Amino acid sequence: MDFLSEHQPEMLPGNRQLPPMQGVIEAPHGTTIVAVTFPGGVVLAGDRRATMGNVIAQRDIEKVFPADEYSAVGIAGTAGLAVEMVKLFQLELEHFEKVEGAQLSLEGKANRLSTMIRSNLGMAMQGLAVVPLFAGYDVDRERGRIFSYDVTGGRSEEHNFAATGSGSVFARGAMKKLYRGDLTEEQATTLVVQALYDAADDDSATGGPDVARRIYPIVTVITEDGFRRLTDEESSEIARSILERRLEQPDGPRAALL
Amino acid sequence: MSTPFYVSPQQAMADRAEYARKGIARGRSLVVLQYADGIVFVGENPSRALHKFSEIYDRIGFAAAGKYNEYENLRIGGVRYADLRGYTYDRDDVTARGLANVYAQTLGTIFSSAGEKPYEVELVVAEVGETPDGDQIYRLPHDGSIVDEHGSVAVGGNAETISSYLDQRHQDGMSLAEALKLAVQALSRDTNGSEREIPAERLEVAVLDRTRPQQRKFKRIVGRQLGRLLEAGGASTEAESSDEAEGSEEE
Repeated sequence: MDFLSEHQPEMLPGNRQLPPMQGVIEAPHGTTIVAVTFPGGVVLAGDRRATMGNVIAQRDIEKVFPADEYSAVGIAGTAGLAVEMVKLFQLELEHFEKVEGAQLSLEGKANRLSTMIRSNLGMAMQGLAVVPLFAGYDVDRERGRIFSYDVTGGRSEEHNFAATGSGSVFARGAMKKLYRGDLTEEQATTLVVQALYDAADDDSATGGPDVARRIYPIVTVITEDGFRRLTDEESSEIARSILERRLEQPDGPRAALL
Repeated sequence: MSTPFYVSPQQAMADRAEYARKGIARGRSLVVLQYADGIVFVGENPSRALHKFSEIYDRIGFAAAGKYNEYENLRIGGVRYADLRGYTYDRDDVTARGLANVYAQTLGTIFSSAGEKPYEVELVVAEVGETPDGDQIYRLPHDGSIVDEHGSVAVGGNAETISSYLDQRHQDGMSLAEALKLAVQALSRDTNGSEREIPAERLEVAVLDRTRPQQRKFKRIVGRQLGRLLEAGGASTEAESSDEAEGSEEE
């Protein structure tokens, strides 16, 4: 990125001149991303909807990307900018790894992403914000970790679970009631899909599982063995079993009162 | 005022070439071979930290003999070129041919500019294809020319002896263990024809393996995996090495 800013500054998302204009630009926005840690790793998942105002811009957008072998980014906010930011982020991690012959630490990666978001602040003030969620497996500490960001690039480590995007309020509520410290990988993947279902239930900009079109949330798992994205069959299996239970209990599993 | 000596351009170039060749000849040689599932790089390298081989991009690997600081410079330049290309256009648009051209330009310019000393390096740029026919290996000598190689190539000090040895014995469709064995045999031949033993700890081995599920095909072979492969190549030539190589150790 430093090399790029010296040689071809116009390639960097933050360095482009914006046309002077009033009001908010209408561009597709991505919505809800959730993450949960479990002993041995972390799960990052996102819904598939992109909205533009009150219109559904895309039903099958992909918002969760591998950043490198041991980390992934989920993006909420202006889709075009966010996808480009992720592309640059992936490139930078790979570039560092090749030049130095070693991987960046997870903290290092999280800090780098923070700088990139801050460089986008000008655009964010015009309504083109990008707010990602970064999750990875810390090889040194041997556990999964989650980092959340605000539009100014402020970074904070989240413990246990986190969510970002318009449906995050509802997703976080759901996760708070469902989370336990001893989740297995399978339970963690079910938990995130439950949370996304609840977010879609109450937030119009978040898409639920689309059975008719066979569009299901993207669920990724990062463990010691590296990044893995659940296949369509696996995530549809989870979504279907949740749907089935929700036919009986539309509000989902109930937590104990006391 | 004294008149400067006249040196004919031929003489000047010959001197520079001689200088570069001598520098390269001081370094240890390395070989690059095609095998059934990709391309293998083998070299003698006592250092664990300073690599002779490196990944440039998804399917492209880099090998260099000569002066470390000079080829390291070129390597980083290559990684930058490839990453910038891939980011601007697409990952598929980064090719070994393009990269070799850039290297040839750089080396050629440095070689013929009077102000700088010529680089004492010889490079190999290799790209692994979907099939063995798609594999490309380019050798770039110090003067900026490009040689398109097939099957096997050796660069460094003892390159001529080694490459003639390899040319006679290399076949298409060798397994990784066979190719590795041949490479080690070739490297252990000295200029005067005698042979010496190269211990496994002094070998640096890397592959561009087309069967790897990841996008990035480059992988270093170290430690136990290397020992296993060397044994497999030594014991029986038809060992199922490619399956073994896929096994446990990931970087």
